[in-house]
Amino acid sequence: MLLIHCPYCEEDRSELEFRWAGEAHIARPENMAGITDEEFAEFFFLRNNEKGLTYERWRHIHGCGRFFNAARDTVTDKFLMTYKAGLPKQPVPGVSATEKAVETCEQTEGDAR
Amino acid sequence: MRKYSVFAVAREALRGHKGWEAQWSSPEPRSSYDVVIVGGGGHGLGAAYYLAKEHGITNVAVLEKGWLGGGNTGRNTTIIRSNYLYEESMDIYEHSLKLWEGLSQDLNYNVMYSPRGVMMLSHNTHDMQSFKRHINANTLYGIDNEWLTPEQAKAYCPPLDISKTARYPINGAALQRRGGTARHDAVAWGYARAASDRGVHIIQNCEVTGIRRGPNGEVTGVDTNRGFIGAKKIGVSAAGHSSVVMEMAGVRVPLHSNPLQALVSEPLKPIFPCVVMSNTVHAYISQSDKGELVIGAGTDQYNSYSQTGGLQIITHTLDAICELFPMFRRVKMMRQWGGITDNTPDRSPIQGVTPVPNLFVNCGWGTGGFKATPGSANLFAHLIARGEPHRLAAGLTLDRFRTGRLIDEAAAAAVAH
Amino acid sequence: MSASVKNVGAFRIKGAGRLTPARTARFTFDGKSYTAMEGDTVASALLAHGVHLVGRSFKYHRPRGILTAGPEEPNALLDVSRDAARRQPNVRATVQEVFDGAKISSQNRWPSLSFDVGAVNNLFSPFFAAGFYYKTFMWPRQAWTKVYEPFIRRAAGLGVAPTEEDPDRYANRFAHCDVLIAGAGVAGLTAALSAASTGAEVILVDEQPEVGGALHFDTSTTIDGQDGYDWAQDTAAKLRAMPNVRVLTRTTAFGYYNHGFLGLAERVSDHLDRPGRDVPRERLWQVRAKRVIIATGSIERHMVFANNDRPGIMLASAVRTFLNHYGVAVGRNVGVYTAHDSAYEAAFDLKRAGVHIAAIVDCRDRPGEAVLAEARALGIDVLTGHSVTDTAGRLRIRSMTVARNGNFDIRKIEVDSLIVSAGWTPSVHLFSQSRGKLRWDEANRRFLPDTYAQDCVSVGGCNGTDDVAEAIDEAIAAGGGRVAVHGESRFNWTGGMIGAAEGAGPDTTVKAFIDFQHDVTAKDIRLAVREGMHSIEHIKRFTTNGMASDQGKLSNMHGLAIAAEMLDRPIPQVGLTTFRAPYTPVTYGTLVAHSRGELFDPARKTPMHELEAAEGAAFEDVGNWKRAWYFPRRGEDMATAVNRECRTVRDVAGVFDASTLGKIEVVGPDAAQFLNLLYTNAWDTLQPGKCRYGIMTREDGFIYDDGVVGRLAEDRFYVTTTTGGAPRVLHHMEDYLQTEFPHLRVWLTSTTEQWAVIAVQGPKAREIIRPFVEGVDISNETFPHMSVAECEVMGVPARLFRMSFTGELGFEVNVPADYGPTVWKAIWERTKGMGGCLYGTEAMHVLRAEKGYIIVGQDTDGTVTPDDAGLGWAVSKKKTDFVGIRGLKRPDLMREGRKQLVGLVTNRPSDVLEEGAQIVADPNQPKPMTMLGHVTSAYWSENCGRSIAMALVAGGRARIGQTLYVPMKDRTIAVEVTDTVFFDKDGGRIHG
Repeated sequence: MLLIHCPYCEEDRSELEFRWAGEAHIARPENMAGITDEEFAEFFFLRNNEKGLTYERWRHIHGCGRFFNAARDTVTDKFLMTYKAGLPKQPVPGVSATEKAVETCEQTEGDAR
Repeated sequence: MRKYSVFAVAREALRGHKGWEAQWSSPEPRSSYDVVIVGGGGHGLGAAYYLAKEHGITNVAVLEKGWLGGGNTGRNTTIIRSNYLYEESMDIYEHSLKLWEGLSQDLNYNVMYSPRGVMMLSHNTHDMQSFKRHINANTLYGIDNEWLTPEQAKAYCPPLDISKTARYPINGAALQRRGGTARHDAVAWGYARAASDRGVHIIQNCEVTGIRRGPNGEVTGVDTNRGFIGAKKIGVSAAGHSSVVMEMAGVRVPLHSNPLQALVSEPLKPIFPCVVMSNTVHAYISQSDKGELVIGAGTDQYNSYSQTGGLQIITHTLDAICELFPMFRRVKMMRQWGGITDNTPDRSPIQGVTPVPNLFVNCGWGTGGFKATPGSANLFAHLIARGEPHRLAAGLTLDRFRTGRLIDEAAAAAVAH
Repeated sequence: MSASVKNVGAFRIKGAGRLTPARTARFTFDGKSYTAMEGDTVASALLAHGVHLVGRSFKYHRPRGILTAGPEEPNALLDVSRDAARRQPNVRATVQEVFDGAKISSQNRWPSLSFDVGAVNNLFSPFFAAGFYYKTFMWPRQAWTKVYEPFIRRAAGLGVAPTEEDPDRYANRFAHCDVLIAGAGVAGLTAALSAASTGAEVILVDEQPEVGGALHFDTSTTIDGQDGYDWAQDTAAKLRAMPNVRVLTRTTAFGYYNHGFLGLAERVSDHLDRPGRDVPRERLWQVRAKRVIIATGSIERHMVFANNDRPGIMLASAVRTFLNHYGVAVGRNVGVYTAHDSAYEAAFDLKRAGVHIAAIVDCRDRPGEAVLAEARALGIDVLTGHSVTDTAGRLRIRSMTVARNGNFDIRKIEVDSLIVSAGWTPSVHLFSQSRGKLRWDEANRRFLPDTYAQDCVSVGGCNGTDDVAEAIDEAIAAGGGRVAVHGESRFNWTGGMIGAAEGAGPDTTVKAFIDFQHDVTAKDIRLAVREGMHSIEHIKRFTTNGMASDQGKLSNMHGLAIAAEMLDRPIPQVGLTTFRAPYTPVTYGTLVAHSRGELFDPARKTPMHELEAAEGAAFEDVGNWKRAWYFPRRGEDMATAVNRECRTVRDVAGVFDASTLGKIEVVGPDAAQFLNLLYTNAWDTLQPGKCRYGIMTREDGFIYDDGVVGRLAEDRFYVTTTTGGAPRVLHHMEDYLQTEFPHLRVWLTSTTEQWAVIAVQGPKAREIIRPFVEGVDISNETFPHMSVAECEVMGVPARLFRMSFTGELGFEVNVPADYGPTVWKAIWERTKGMGGCLYGTEAMHVLRAEKGYIIVGQDTDGTVTPDDAGLGWAVSKKKTDFVGIRGLKRPDLMREGRKQLVGLVTNRPSDVLEEGAQIVADPNQPKPMTMLGHVTSAYWSENCGRSIAMALVAGGRARIGQTLYVPMKDRTIAVEVTDTVFFDKDGGRIHG
């Protein structure tokens, strides 16, 4: 069970209070009615699904009710930071989004050093 | 390949089993292949086998970054069924089920396909409507699936609690008798052995790190931790990591990778005769040949490649199991683990061509990949060999997310697994 | 009750052990009665009576005894019961404490433990090599299901599952702490003292009934000048007295999950003679720890040699535990076979207690000088550079065969027990579960913690710190405090061997067991390698090594070493299998805790639930709500009641509880603009005091939810949603409001549970409610269909809607939930007096179907657009944006021939279609048939005097008038496609 820092409540709370809400920083097109089928598919379906650093949204649904953004490593499940909705994508000190992800335990199992 | 049989076992027994050969060879990779398959799980190994067996393409390598069958093939709860709703789904899962029925003999490897029946419990009017929709669609399509009353369900699965006082009483069930289970490791090993016997190279500990493209955008091979390996065609079948591998070719696929957990109990004498699933209370359970109760839990809510999940997912599942089968409260959880499932927006798989010439993808099987193994592998081989999908997999294209022609098993049925 | 030493077992050693004969308990084992002392485990009690044979192995049904004294026990799994419903299979005899009246049986044997027919498997064991089942049982094809598999299943499994519902109670606690310490041996206790001294909140857990860990057996350790075990107890008492420390014994830290979250299982009352009803059986602790100190020590390994599994063969630490803690000698003439000094200490302890030591056989040429000297002093024969190459004895070891290493001269030595030790394996389970990475310690041939993935630290034995003083220093540092503890011990943990011993090498065919429970031998590992299983995970799965209920605590390292030898690769290159949770098996009931029955998923009930129950309502589950389904009168079945309710509503009026509908208050200056974006219809044109039916789609254009929205004021809307949809609709709205349209000044509040909603529908509806309503004129002229007003009903502030889901004149009275029952009673009394009825969800379904009103989720399924459902009129053509506007225009959603909602009438009016039935054009087409769609709703309509149905049919609206077919199991039903309105086609009644 994850421990998540709500940037509005400024509290670390259990995952039970939160709902994951998909990839962050995907803005709804301003000219929604005018985009192409490809652009629509891109907006609505395609996601980065990063292995490693990912930016995602959570909602403190059983708390303050606010949506917020988080930077998390999808290999270790560690949160690197959380920040309020509306803020631009925050750089994570020492981690670049393109950095090669560390190994999963699947890779390391049967491979202890 | 030495044929496996009771006589072979008896012969070897008399000489200390010293004569068995390796089930598959582990050659050094060639500089190039006609086909490289990325991912040494059941789907990838099976595709290599069918390429060799049905399409005569034997200059094939299966590249596996870890050990064969170490991904979802070796981590699932081995449920097999074909009673899906949409024709696209019925086509592929029924094709698969038919192959399951003869797989041990085809591979000369006992995969222990056990058609002990998959029973889905209905708890309310909505479930009943949905299940009957499935049953009628399946029946008219030639797939077995039948409605049981609560009493019939109990007779089929005696540990079931059908009392009216349960929090979510059971008002019936849908039963597919040909559904059941198989031995997951044996599927990977059986395909590996049979493919290797036909000349396929099976290369473990070989991680693909890049996909190279030619002047016309077509694939030319893969970079790996063991060097470049040329390929005229590449098939990606790397469940859990499909997004990561496809990204190497610049192709984005609509997937979420989620942890999916499962657990087994300590071994018990036979108590549970079939597979039971309940979507309303979120549980599915069967008993393995070793006697362990095999229980599938739900997916964690967030994207992750960690192959671990929260304890709350496990406890929630056991809540449901113990509601349905109150006598199991004193049974003990012996082992829990997690896998990574690729989930598409419509919860149906993607198998088809990609925008990159000669790059083919097979992904997005979500929680249903194991049961599809032979069928998916067989049709994936067809796709790679012919460059276009088999009739039975024609609806599973990547393009459906542009057109909106989804195969929305989740929306229609809300029955996972 | 007291007992003399004699009847608590002939193998009790006077003066040995820490138990007192003050209290005893009676128990039976396989029907025979025994007496135990308070504090005995089942294992120690049985051994005290000379009972070694306690079980049969999984595959070969070989006789097995007690190998260990702890939770790592692979053999001694028993069935323990208090009564018929409190029967527990697969209980480890070395963990379960004896309680008075315990009924204990051995498992996996028939007809009896000493004569087990299944043991014939042992004779055929050459056939049952690892993985043999993959190679056979394939012909004939049907035989797998009919013959082979049932046979294998019957043979497999260990215990017998309980067959009755468990009457015991389980508890759950959540806890937070600064430091969680797993393991209360020297290191754990010291770490706790240190951490507690800083004022930190500390939880210290240990799986044994008392703290002390290895001090239970190792009597050579003194701490602060005190006997180690006594120091441990005093320290625990000191810790317990501290307000910031919680000491949990009989508690296993079974899983280390993400972000400092651990699961602990506490055995609360299984050891009690007669647990009170107020105590749970077990308790689950879910702990979030800022920091974790792992002090789980190490686990002793057995020696891998031919026939090393006979009852009477035991680990050295177990032998010492039984003697030094329980006062039990494991035999009278005991042999030793070891690769480690540890076993010498066991021999010395036994010798001093008066037990004859037949010989110490040490496969090493040069054991420690100190132990050799002591052995000489005690007059014990030591055979260094020798090995035990075989054992004999049917149900218990009778002799061991000893040979000088590399020599074929053998001799037999009679023994009744054999102590074995191959050294110690650090217990890195929790560390690995925390996803830390291990390193290989080549000097001592063991894996040790290397890189940490969470805020935790390993101390003592599990960190490879073998010296007690060093372990104490490590523990003090880990705790972060300043305490002084001084320990001394002469016990040597280091050294030993892994893999097969002399005489069990690759050139042999002997049965040298590594995994006792699963009957995995050294040669099985070698066979797996020979067959191409080169990954340790493949070897594990092929042989099932380490997959038994002890999860390889003894076998993993041996298996790894044997595989590495076969592969001719260094051990770290072969790898290590994952340590999966739980550390030891955890009872489902403990994980479930309170979440059973009513608390499994608490039912939501409306304010009028009890009143409706009193009126005889039958309820149905809708999501987690209980809704009144129908109200049968005496003698009525469901169909009769529903028919009566449907007829009465249209003839007179009916009262319906609509409280479960979701309600969201949308307030703010931009509320209309917001709803314009969230619904397909337009809302700025809706006047205050009016309401409108709205459709909500997601971006993909498929129907997501629907409901009536009333505009109470310029800036205030009262949105209703489907019963099941309320939470997700609010979430969906909040998502858009907070993240896409944050500039809009709108506030959303869920009011579902704040309002009781009483629908009154039927020609007499107005007459029924008129006397109760104040503050609004509800005449047809001033308050027409689709009006809303804030008013008073029976003096209670109310919101009154004129709306209808039946097609009749209708009102929905919303009053604050607490007033619901009172208002409902008054309205129902008046309705009853006028000949009306109560009606439930079933009649509601029929009535709305008669009018062709859809139910989202029944007539739609997430692939249906508003136009498909015949609701294209509700999609604004003028708006430039709303959620779904683009999705609706995708090629497949604009395609000809989409499934559309239509009506169906059967040729025979009495035929009611099955909901979910499929529709075809050609009933004679062979399978697979082409299906055009399916029946979404189907009822007997009492008001129409015939059956009615709705269906989604490909190109449906163009097929109106056509005959289609519904093939059922026993017959095919012909149907005519119609529009969806079956009753009051011109819709006049609604305006009555």
